[in-house]
Amino acid sequence: MRQPPAPRNLRRRKIEENFFRVLMATSILIVIACLGLIVGTIIWKGLPALSLSMITETPKGGYYLGREGGILNAIVGSLYLASGATLLAVVFSLPIVLFINVYARKTSRLATWTRFSFDVLWGVPSIVYGAFGFIIMIFMGLRASLLAGIITVALLELPIMSRAMDEVIRLVPFELLEASYSLGATKLETALKVVVRQSLPGILTAILIAFGRGIGDAASVLFTAGFTDRLPTSLLQPAATLPLAIFFQLGTPFPEVQARAYASAALLTGIILLVSLLARGLIKKYTRHVI
Amino acid sequence: MRLLKDALASKAMLFLTFFPSLIVFLIIVGLYLRSRPILAEKPLLFLLFSSSWAPGRGDFGFFPFIMGTLWVTAVALIVAVPISLFASIYLSEYAPRAVQEFIRPMIDLLAGLPSVIYGVWGVLLIVPLVARIAPFFGATSSGYSILAGGLVLAIMIFPTIIYVSLEVISSIPYELREASLSLGATKWETVKHVVLKKGLQGIIAAIVLGLSRALGETMAVLMVVGNIPKVPKSVFDGGYPLPALIANNYGEMMSVPLYDSALMLAAGVLLVIVLVFNVLARIILVRVERRAG
Repeated sequence: MRQPPAPRNLRRRKIEENFFRVLMATSILIVIACLGLIVGTIIWKGLPALSLSMITETPKGGYYLGREGGILNAIVGSLYLASGATLLAVVFSLPIVLFINVYARKTSRLATWTRFSFDVLWGVPSIVYGAFGFIIMIFMGLRASLLAGIITVALLELPIMSRAMDEVIRLVPFELLEASYSLGATKLETALKVVVRQSLPGILTAILIAFGRGIGDAASVLFTAGFTDRLPTSLLQPAATLPLAIFFQLGTPFPEVQARAYASAALLTGIILLVSLLARGLIKKYTRHVI
Repeated sequence: MRLLKDALASKAMLFLTFFPSLIVFLIIVGLYLRSRPILAEKPLLFLLFSSSWAPGRGDFGFFPFIMGTLWVTAVALIVAVPISLFASIYLSEYAPRAVQEFIRPMIDLLAGLPSVIYGVWGVLLIVPLVARIAPFFGATSSGYSILAGGLVLAIMIFPTIIYVSLEVISSIPYELREASLSLGATKWETVKHVVLKKGLQGIIAAIVLGLSRALGETMAVLMVVGNIPKVPKSVFDGGYPLPALIANNYGEMMSVPLYDSALMLAAGVLLVIVLVFNVLARIILVRVERRAG
């Protein structure tokens, strides 16, 4: 450790302390202000342009030139896509997370390695998932479709969901598992009936976080889900998505259509806000019932 | 019967557990296989450092795009690193618990906003702002520029850097701080000499994670950066980062020979760079965690 500085520069040190304190407070204010500015601008610009017909109608002819219609196709497409992808991701990530926490020991090599791969996957850019999804799609002989989009987005969601689940399932006390084993339960029964129940709100939160990420991602569905003005009726048809609808509408030179892009952006922001509020509520509930 | 079920489930789950590592591997192999046709025509180094981009003539030089990516990322880091580091030090060392609990969900939300939303916001606010301030620096700009891309990107990587460095900082034992404070050091001096010194490795890892996030971000940047396939000369010029290149040309890539292969190579190059950074940062973090635990 350094020597304690002499008292005569106490004033200078005090000034330095205060200087950095102000700097830090400013930084955190900037971060918060950015969030406020983004949400504020989007809602302020988007809300006036939002109308009932926008969320209840599909695009009519010439919609992108400023004529009649709405973005129901994109809303429905996004909901289908994100729900399907989230479901698929749960099917893979829940067993994996249970396995590394119940079957393998929490600190075993396999568990560490799996967490590490999830972290690495978490860092893969969504455009790369898009490109990979495209390759799978061609490999499986699919065209751009709801199914291809679901597979791609599920891959994107997998690491996010798994890491979030792992965080809560890891916290289940080992004594609880031992209690269950001592009653004669197998590991599978313990995993499903004790661990899952104990961390259910946390698991639901993880699912919601992943859903929010899935519904907002554009780069990964660009190649794989396609875009259409109709509502998808089967997994093999292309599907419109909300983020892409925003992107395409903003790209037109017509102010009316751009206003609709703002409205769609406000809608998407609203969905994200709702999902994260739900997730937050679940966390609160979770901490209340934890043993 | 129950034991059989358990054994079966165990086998199935073990099998699934290899899935994540398998995906990493498959993505790399898949992208490599698809980019082989173009690698057979021209050497990788030539493609990376050639500036001529004319898919119609079979010229695929990635240099302008690589430079575009580097410029945008550099601007984002210059803006984001000091702000997010100061913010995370404030949150962990100075802020009362109530403030922390108030701010955390907001950062969560910032991380959860879709990139298209960032893009729309950038078009609405940042792009006009850049166009407005460019003349003060003796430049003219449409606003769709490296600077706009970098600023939007900086905000997008705030949460990553803040969260990871918060985790690192909170793993530093409290006793160390108390020792420093009891020697008469001010709070900031404690931060400077104890917290930053102890957490340096982890903070670097946090920055690297932010960096790799920035490298791969697509839609938001694409919408504000101008997409001009030239090597940028100033932050007020438009640029064309790699991810934007991939996203923008998905429509025509099947109609021009080798085009899809070139784009898959671009995705592959991007992936390899991001993976290297990610793995490095994660290894540092695992080591930091182990030392703390």
